[in-house]
Amino acid sequence: MTSAHTISVRDKAPLSARIGKILLFILLVILLLAFILPFILVIFNAFKSMNDITANPMAAVGAHGFTLKNFVGAMAKMKFWTVLGNSVIITTCATILTILFSAMAAFVIARNPQWKASMILLTAMVASMVIPFQVLMVPIVSVYGGLFGILNSRITLILMHVGFSVSMATFMFHGSIRSNIPVELEEAADIDGCSRWKTFWTIVFPLLKPMIATVTVIDAMAFWNDYLLPSLILQKPSSLWTIPIATQQFYGTYSTDLGLVLAALLLAMLPILVLYLFLQRFIVEGVTSGAVKG
Amino acid sequence: MKRNKLSYKAGQFLMFAGPAAFLFIMVVIVPLIYGLYLTLTSWDGVSLSKPFVGLANYQAALADTEYWQALLLTVIYSVITVVITNIVAFALAYMVTSGIKGQNLFRAGFFIPNLIGGIVLGYVWKFIFNRVFVSVGSAIAGGATVPSLLSTPKGALFALIFVSVWQYAGYMMLIYIAGFMGVDNSLKEAALIDGCSPSKAMWNVTIPLMRTSFVTCIFLTTTRCFMVYDINLSLTKGDPYKSSVLAAMHVYNKAFTEKQFGVGQAEALVLFLICAIVGLIQVYVGRKGEVQA
Repeated sequence: MTSAHTISVRDKAPLSARIGKILLFILLVILLLAFILPFILVIFNAFKSMNDITANPMAAVGAHGFTLKNFVGAMAKMKFWTVLGNSVIITTCATILTILFSAMAAFVIARNPQWKASMILLTAMVASMVIPFQVLMVPIVSVYGGLFGILNSRITLILMHVGFSVSMATFMFHGSIRSNIPVELEEAADIDGCSRWKTFWTIVFPLLKPMIATVTVIDAMAFWNDYLLPSLILQKPSSLWTIPIATQQFYGTYSTDLGLVLAALLLAMLPILVLYLFLQRFIVEGVTSGAVKG
Repeated sequence: MKRNKLSYKAGQFLMFAGPAAFLFIMVVIVPLIYGLYLTLTSWDGVSLSKPFVGLANYQAALADTEYWQALLLTVIYSVITVVITNIVAFALAYMVTSGIKGQNLFRAGFFIPNLIGGIVLGYVWKFIFNRVFVSVGSAIAGGATVPSLLSTPKGALFALIFVSVWQYAGYMMLIYIAGFMGVDNSLKEAALIDGCSPSKAMWNVTIPLMRTSFVTCIFLTTTRCFMVYDINLSLTKGDPYKSSVLAAMHVYNKAFTEKQFGVGQAEALVLFLICAIVGLIQVYVGRKGEVQA
């Protein structure tokens, strides 16, 4: 009876409101299609020959049919597997190190706020978050290229990525430890004779999972898409390049060969789009909580 | 008790915070200080000697008309982009929180441009502007070839704003969605029962309660716009005739193309100061009238 009742109530919702909902839905569908139209057009045209692209870039399939030639060429010319490997290695290592180092730092700062060193480090980190990369890029090239000569190395880039992102991540972990992890848990471990180091890894770190997920999403996306820092650190040889650098260089060399360029662009976007298909909710949540807390 | 000893404290601190502190200092603090020193030298980027020139670089920065043009253009670009992005993002957030079917799908879809870096996005749009729009425009114009928007200074600026809004709107939408979710529905319902029209309830109840979301979004879009480089490089490359060079690109070119590292660094610092002041004003103004719910 109750269910029948609710249904009848819903049916009585004013017709205008229901029409409004339908119109809104149609509007959103159109907007979404317009939003992703650039990607759709890249996909369409990446499988066409040069003549077909120039003849009609809006057509889904060209007059000369479907071709994979562009992809074969782009993959070889941009050394796709090499640069993909570089991007994967650099993003993975930098993300893991950022998480480990900043969770550790946040732990000692959060539990010993009365220490001078804790206060100075946290203040410096928070204040540094407003410094744009453009202010640091010249000195970085000067110090690490000129004085130390350690550019053109993936390890240097990874450590620099970590150095730039620890401040934000430490700040976020710090908040999470202070508000979500009861000190009593650690005190119990302490009484049982567990060292601080062990307490952190066995008790605190596993409880930080939600924040680890957020930091992973934010930093992995930032590292994967970063262009300016990698382009300054990894100049040569080209076997060190990441996907954004390779895309930029590729465009500079082959910009007249449209099919090739579009295939390269699609290849550059593909890994993260595929990942998004599977981790969409996780990524959206991570970005939201990161933006709101940070 | 051994835990009160300084050596124990130092050991604990270094063990946990050492790696993060070391990298942070090496990558942020050292370059920041060294950068201040560089602005006082006329380093060319290659030689080992860095002749001391005092404040000459700052004078050169102040006298660099191209720099001020780039800054002015950046301000115009930023103001327009920030306003439109936030209007679009708010509207999108409003639409996808109205209990419509498939709203998670819409949210995920509008966010897609943010997954991809500015370099790739810029080239994708370059193709759209130079090929697709030209081809469609020419078809509409009945065969006459329509020039690409990117070939005129105003068109290039428009393209930069357009692509930035397109990218950032989906991101800011997520923050506004979180804001909408945070507004207690009963407050809005109370206003409606008291005879408030839905649009008035939106203006006088929901929007004031979402003040934090607005402050966050406006701050984030402003700082991003001031420092934008990737899209500028790939979409317009500063063309036509250097008319679309934004501040960050000008600084990069000054230092790395013209090899005037001292001047470039001084200009970067000035840019940073302007950006920091704008940010502080925004946060201050935003906090001042915060509504307690």
